Amino acid sequence: MSERNGDETPREYRVIGTRPIRHDGIDKVTGRAVYGADVTLSGLLHGKVVRSPHAHARILSIDTTKASALPGVKAVVTGADFPTAEDHDEKIGEGTTNPRYLSENILAHEKVLYHGHAVAAVAATTPHLAEEAARLVEVQYEVLPPVLEVQAAMASGAPILHPDLRTKDGSGTSPDGETNVAQVHRFELGDVDAGFAEADEIVERTFDTAMVHQGYIEPHNAVAQVNPDGQATVWCSTQGPFDVRHLCSEVLGMPLSQIRVVPAEIGGGFGGKTTVYLEPLAVLLSRKSGNPVKLVMSRAEVLQATGPTSGSHIKIKMGATKDGTLTAMDAWLAYEAGAYPGSPVQMGAMCMSAPFDLENLRIAAYDVCVNRPKTAAYRAPGASNAAFATETVVDELARKIGMDPIDFRLKNAAKEGTRMAPGNKHRRVGCVELLTAARDCPHASTPVGEAEGPKKRGRGFATGFWVNAGLQSSAILSINPDGTASLVTGSPDIGGTRTSCAMMAAEELGIPVEKVRPNVADTDSIGYTDVTGGSRVTMATGLAVHDAAQDVKRQLCERAARTWKCPEDEVRFEDGGVVSLANEGERLELAEIAKKAIRTGGPIVGRATVNAQKNTGSAFGGLLVDVEVDTETGRVDVTRCTVFQDVGKAIHPSYVEGQMQGGAVQGLGWALNEEYVYDDEGHLQNDGFLDYRMPVALDLPMIDPVIIEVANPAHPYGVRGVGEVSIVAPPAAVANAIADATGVRMEDLPMSPPRILKALHELA
Amino acid sequence: MTTVFIPATLRRLTNGADRVNVSGETVGELIDALDERFPGMRDALVRDGDLVPHFAVSIDDVLAETGIDESVGSASEVHFVPPLGGG
Repeated sequence: MSERNGDETPREYRVIGTRPIRHDGIDKVTGRAVYGADVTLSGLLHGKVVRSPHAHARILSIDTTKASALPGVKAVVTGADFPTAEDHDEKIGEGTTNPRYLSENILAHEKVLYHGHAVAAVAATTPHLAEEAARLVEVQYEVLPPVLEVQAAMASGAPILHPDLRTKDGSGTSPDGETNVAQVHRFELGDVDAGFAEADEIVERTFDTAMVHQGYIEPHNAVAQVNPDGQATVWCSTQGPFDVRHLCSEVLGMPLSQIRVVPAEIGGGFGGKTTVYLEPLAVLLSRKSGNPVKLVMSRAEVLQATGPTSGSHIKIKMGATKDGTLTAMDAWLAYEAGAYPGSPVQMGAMCMSAPFDLENLRIAAYDVCVNRPKTAAYRAPGASNAAFATETVVDELARKIGMDPIDFRLKNAAKEGTRMAPGNKHRRVGCVELLTAARDCPHASTPVGEAEGPKKRGRGFATGFWVNAGLQSSAILSINPDGTASLVTGSPDIGGTRTSCAMMAAEELGIPVEKVRPNVADTDSIGYTDVTGGSRVTMATGLAVHDAAQDVKRQLCERAARTWKCPEDEVRFEDGGVVSLANEGERLELAEIAKKAIRTGGPIVGRATVNAQKNTGSAFGGLLVDVEVDTETGRVDVTRCTVFQDVGKAIHPSYVEGQMQGGAVQGLGWALNEEYVYDDEGHLQNDGFLDYRMPVALDLPMIDPVIIEVANPAHPYGVRGVGEVSIVAPPAAVANAIADATGVRMEDLPMSPPRILKALHELA
Repeated sequence: MTTVFIPATLRRLTNGADRVNVSGETVGELIDALDERFPGMRDALVRDGDLVPHFAVSIDDVLAETGIDESVGSASEVHFVPPLGGG
């Protein structure tokens, strides 16, 4: 797939940019949509996972005798049932995976590394029997001291999670020997010392952010059926069925061809459903019992043992001249990887300077193992933590210099050709257009007003950047005899992408979107398709759909030419039909050609596969937020909120707005309330939604979305990814609003009432 | 000559140089040329005939589809960047 030349002049669309009702809407609102936990099969067994009560312990023994003897129990598995997985980084899907670590995270082999770490699993004829059997599995532990924070884990003499772990640091400057630091990433541009020497104002601060969970409503689930010939079928809630297939293959030692993964409807993922937890266990239990096996996590299991994103510790120093020019950045980041290497610290480091034209920067980023669950991707992974630091300091610099913070950002805004931290340059991006829209919007020009009594009001703004992924996608577009179309892709729909893909097919074919039926297929029914993640589906799978439609149009022209007995270069596809160039007025509608397909060569089926690495379009987002701070209680209320995003081209504006609002809400949760709370022994204290406090509708005002469309030149419709960047700005925007209201610069997330009160008291 | 930007972690191999001009028609040939001048560069960038998993390659600010087989121009800028994913 070659690079696309996006339309420089706006194209008139009939379907794209409209707001049709989603194709899966009826199924979802009537409860007919089939989620993983709804899947049932003849002879189905129910599984339960045995989990560690300790945050760090050596497994001395596992005795499954009593559990296996319980009537109704059909299978018990432990880490010993897994084949030895290879210990190396492998490119799987969108990222790298170490199969050994993955295997040990699914079922601990020698050590447990966090509260809730799986150590065994059982399958029985009823869920209650499975729970009883799980209680009968006897595990002897040697309890070890845990280490829960990155600074403690990096300190000399810290408890070591993996005695064989050595720091990967290409610079050769990290010490050799036992460590919890898995990897160091570095970015350097220009001359940082000279940049600071040039600065008139320098701000230096240290920030801490909490570990937070994606909070998808639907818990993880998996149903597996393994036939006597070894063929396995897995139904599960996943963002990436092909990744599930590959990861199961790696940890179970099975060929890819023996595993079929059927993506069930998905009740939220936000990045957390891009890996496997239950799927390999269900396969093992099914293989051992001979029956299909279903596993469904409780909410506590989800919070204890599935991918949150990293808490972090960030030191940052930035300088600017009196005229408002940024001169240098020096940053040091350490992110919690959780129990196994692989935090998103590199992406955070890469994105943190991207909204700015910064010639001199130095960033060191540390990936640190701690006794917490292994982190997984979460909406713009790593970027929100880092932006909290950068955007707070930028706001403070602007105010010190006496510039409006948005004007300051405009003066330093990234443009086409601005270098990012790794040295490569931005292509056409919409940072300036976004900042201009924020500066000129009604919200920005409305006075923030005065609050009553102990309450104070303030307004804050921040930007965010996310790279967006390309990766691979496939699409099959079949024309039915009545002129309607069936569209098959391999991208699970977590944000309305069934409809956005159907709209692109309808646009190209010149038919109403209601005449296109979009389907998400299993791994044996569509070509390889990477994960629904990295904000890539409407961009990359949409590209495959666009190309499949071109294939269909080519075939329609071929059939029309055959019908008219003329050369193919004498016909052209136009507005939902084929016209003759030789005989003016001669035209065959798509439905007419489809009806006669049996007489002109058989079914009309378009197909396309793409590697969309060259077609990505980076995204900028921003949040303007008003808050009211109660200085007596420390409570912060968000009173007005406007979210801005450069989306390239909004295929279905309602779904784009939904992504913008959803990301903003999650970011506000990071900002104000959400955090994992552990006791000193590493037991998670808030493993339910009553205590893990996510925002609900009553907590928030209407979030007004402002769509900015700066076309991605590498996509036929100008599409950029839209799913992630809106989560990046909110923590910093809220912190800047709190500073505007109270004069206090918050350095810790979440900015919950106790932390606000503490900061206010320190200021006083 | 193509300008290759050296990742910060690998500048120990280039005596601190952040960019190096080398000749080659593909990314793989550029890496070979780098390795001749700065031994260790190939081991740091290539494994099993492909880029190591934690690097992608960008040519003139466009991510390369074919990795080390991607063609480069004599006036190109080449960067080794983190692979892009997301949530």
